[in-house]
Amino acid sequence: MNLLALLIIPLLTAIFILVERRPQQVRWLALIGASLQLVAALMLFFGYRQAVQTISSGPIIFQDQYNWYPSWNIGLHIGVDGISVAMIMLTSFVVIAGVLVSWNMNKMTNSFFFLLILLSLGAYGFFISLDLFTLFFFLEIAVIPKYLLIGIWGSGRKEYSANKLALMLMGGSALILVGILALYFSYPEGSRTFDMLQIAAKDIPVETQRFIFPLIFVGFGVFTALFPFHTWVPDGHSSAPTAGSMFLAGISMKLGGYGCLRAATWLMPEGAKEYSMIIIVLSTIAIIYGAFATMMQKDLKYINAYSSVSHCGFVLLGIGMLTKTALTGAVFQMVSHGLMTALFFAVIGMIYERTHTRMVADMGGLMKVMPFITTVMFIAGLCSLGLPGFSGFVAEMTVFMGGWERAGAFYRVATVLACMSIVVTAVYILRAIGSTAMGPITNEKFKGLGDAAWNEKLAAIILIAGIVAMGVAPFWLNELVTPGTELIMQKIGALPK
Amino acid sequence: MGLPEKNETMREILLLMKSELMITVIIFILLLIKLGKGLKNATLLSLVQVLLLVSIGLALVENRDGRLFDGMFLGGTLVGFQKAILGLAVYLITLLFSGWLKKSDHLSEFLVLMLSSLLGMFFMISSGNLLMFFLSLELTTIPVAAMANFELEKKKSAEAAMKMILSSAFSSGILLFGISLVYGATGSIDFSELSKLVEVNGLQVMAFIFLFSAFSFKLSIVPFHLWTADVYEGSPMAVTSFLSVVSKGSIAFIFITVLYKVFQSLEEVWYILLVILAIATMVIGNLFALRQDNIKRFLAFSSIAQVGFILVGMSGNTEASYSAVTYFVLVYVFSNLAAFGVAAVLSEESGIENISGYRGLNKSNPFLAWMMALALFSLAGIPPTAGFFGKMFLLSSGAVKGNYWFIIIAALNMIVSLYYYLKVVRVMFMEEPMPGAEKIKIDQPVKFALLICASGIVLAGVFSWIYDYITKLA
Repeated sequence: MNLLALLIIPLLTAIFILVERRPQQVRWLALIGASLQLVAALMLFFGYRQAVQTISSGPIIFQDQYNWYPSWNIGLHIGVDGISVAMIMLTSFVVIAGVLVSWNMNKMTNSFFFLLILLSLGAYGFFISLDLFTLFFFLEIAVIPKYLLIGIWGSGRKEYSANKLALMLMGGSALILVGILALYFSYPEGSRTFDMLQIAAKDIPVETQRFIFPLIFVGFGVFTALFPFHTWVPDGHSSAPTAGSMFLAGISMKLGGYGCLRAATWLMPEGAKEYSMIIIVLSTIAIIYGAFATMMQKDLKYINAYSSVSHCGFVLLGIGMLTKTALTGAVFQMVSHGLMTALFFAVIGMIYERTHTRMVADMGGLMKVMPFITTVMFIAGLCSLGLPGFSGFVAEMTVFMGGWERAGAFYRVATVLACMSIVVTAVYILRAIGSTAMGPITNEKFKGLGDAAWNEKLAAIILIAGIVAMGVAPFWLNELVTPGTELIMQKIGALPK
Repeated sequence: MGLPEKNETMREILLLMKSELMITVIIFILLLIKLGKGLKNATLLSLVQVLLLVSIGLALVENRDGRLFDGMFLGGTLVGFQKAILGLAVYLITLLFSGWLKKSDHLSEFLVLMLSSLLGMFFMISSGNLLMFFLSLELTTIPVAAMANFELEKKKSAEAAMKMILSSAFSSGILLFGISLVYGATGSIDFSELSKLVEVNGLQVMAFIFLFSAFSFKLSIVPFHLWTADVYEGSPMAVTSFLSVVSKGSIAFIFITVLYKVFQSLEEVWYILLVILAIATMVIGNLFALRQDNIKRFLAFSSIAQVGFILVGMSGNTEASYSAVTYFVLVYVFSNLAAFGVAAVLSEESGIENISGYRGLNKSNPFLAWMMALALFSLAGIPPTAGFFGKMFLLSSGAVKGNYWFIIIAALNMIVSLYYYLKVVRVMFMEEPMPGAEKIKIDQPVKFALLICASGIVLAGVFSWIYDYITKLA
């Protein structure tokens, strides 16, 4: 399968949307484009499962190389392993759900869908890139759509949040940029390359890794809410329009996690080992701090945004632990969190559209007027607190097991502390969904509210399908991801005691 | 000297100096038309535009390395392309400001002045000799001072011209003093001879620093930038864009040649100078740009910061720096002219010169708002615009030396600059329009020029062959 399809589909969709300006047609164009993305992602998933058994050249397949800037030795080198396939699947799920829930967007409709599709283009390009330069290029493409989505269509302190997000993410990008340039110039002239496969084939001196690893890891860490660079997350997510929050939490934060894994840990395993403890400390802080901060929130969007800080901490914790299970768990957590938060934000958006409030205290008894929406909210909530049968359980469990595998009191303590956050999660999730959905209807106005429309139902069903599939059949994802994590483990080798 | 020798046939002169000759021909045509009955402004402008297109075409073909008049004049493939870039910029300016130009009572004078300045730049980037360089630099500067004064009824315009004249006279003095010291120390003013004679000793370093300061004046490198904002603000918008794009670009081209070809042996001196001045220029340019509300001053300070990035690229001292700087100037032509173009339309039609007046522009004039946003994203270096690639290659060229703190500072400056570029975007897209904001009718030539700029911004980066072409020339 030619991976360029993943770039061409969104690109063409975006161009068509620019040309066709009538809102209704634009919506359908976006939906058709998003469905094609989903089809392509599913084809990639099944194609990959089939191909990886027959090809013996390693887990990175469907490779293609196109020259781009030969004088800098920059090429569009694309290819996927199981981790990228999982991320691409996640992206396509979130994109179609995001398009569906924004069906009634009436303000500058064509610009809105254009930016959504542009964001997805950046994400696909990012996940299929095997070249650091193009990886960076696609990462940056996604920044401006996020900024405009929040700033134009957002709510609350949207301008402040949009600015904060754009500047913090650009700050992360600046670190990444310096990191990849330093990596590029650490080779003598003639053998300089941005190609990750070539870089991974050589060993980078430990001193170089010591300098470059933190730049790249922290740079990507900003994207995935690494403590203390997580502050853009709550503001950005809560100010964004519904689809914007879904894309931010479901796709954009995953760019960071994937980058930490692929560009930092895989290429510079010695650096990863040296900084492992710091990563673990920071991510444990993020997990616990995020959980407690969530308890204090009264706004549903803020609740979900702070819980994202906590949940993305698991991703970084898994990466920091550096065992095979933990890395696999990190990837699981990315997929799971992406689907689950996207679903949660979608539900919050639906509720807000009807009740015009996001405050938990103002709501109550919504179960009676919108049974479908509240059921979906329960599913999202239960997944978030890690109930078996849903994806959250699988992901968090794998991270904990991977963490426990790493011998040493420090790692065990960190794992236990992270585990305990689940209790806090249960408290805030149950409290929030309980008081919105159960009990008597507190506000008379709510009595006339309707339930989900077809587009909202479809969006929810698509995301729930992903969550449940991962929850009941985790081995599908496991088979997909394990060769990728094994590849990274080969570079990491033995762990220091 | 002077007359062609046996091996320099007329044909060679025609080939190597074709751009210069073409521009001279246009100037003469304009003068003859002025002597005769004259033409309507619109006709005159179209005529010049067509002739400029011809000169751009000429500059792109049949370029080759060669020297004329004992090395006073150097032709080359890259130089030819650089002339095409400058010609293109002037062509775009004549399109973007056609409304303003057509209304002018002195159109042909303005065009003669602008083209004379362009001619000076062509000679300047081709010069192979310090004297030639000085003369052509003067030819470049003096007409611009007259142009800055073109809005005769405005006091600010006269003030701008005065400041321009004084500061450039001062920098010319410094330059001449530097040249005389160089001549005193080495006994030569020829570039190729100098490159062998220059060495690190007190007198020569002093002479070099004088030369360097003169360049800094022209490029408005901090601390020689103080004239920039006032001159930009006071001059008519067409002149401001000419100054900030064409004039800056040409000086950057000759500056890099002088550093690399003539003063290569002083590298240890100028590397440190470049690093310090690049940081100072980026930081000060950015910090001042943060506070500006007048769009011209805003673009003036942002262009100072952009020059800082050019210096980062220059510090690399490799072949790649040549192509990176040339490419960046090309991209800068598109992005900055697009920004100036939009600003000019707004100030012509509704008299808005302040950023706060752009409130809700997206609602009243979406085309202008998106053009401005695209230009600003490109200036900020955000993909997929060409500005991203321009900045990337400049930073990469600078990173060759392994001085990563320098690159980190440059990268952090990109964030600061993003902040103020986004500020304009925010005003245009996220605020409600002013009451009474109307849809502005945009003239066809302006629209055409803006679309050229936009396609340049979008395509020049994603399609790598433009950069590859420049690399092959360098």
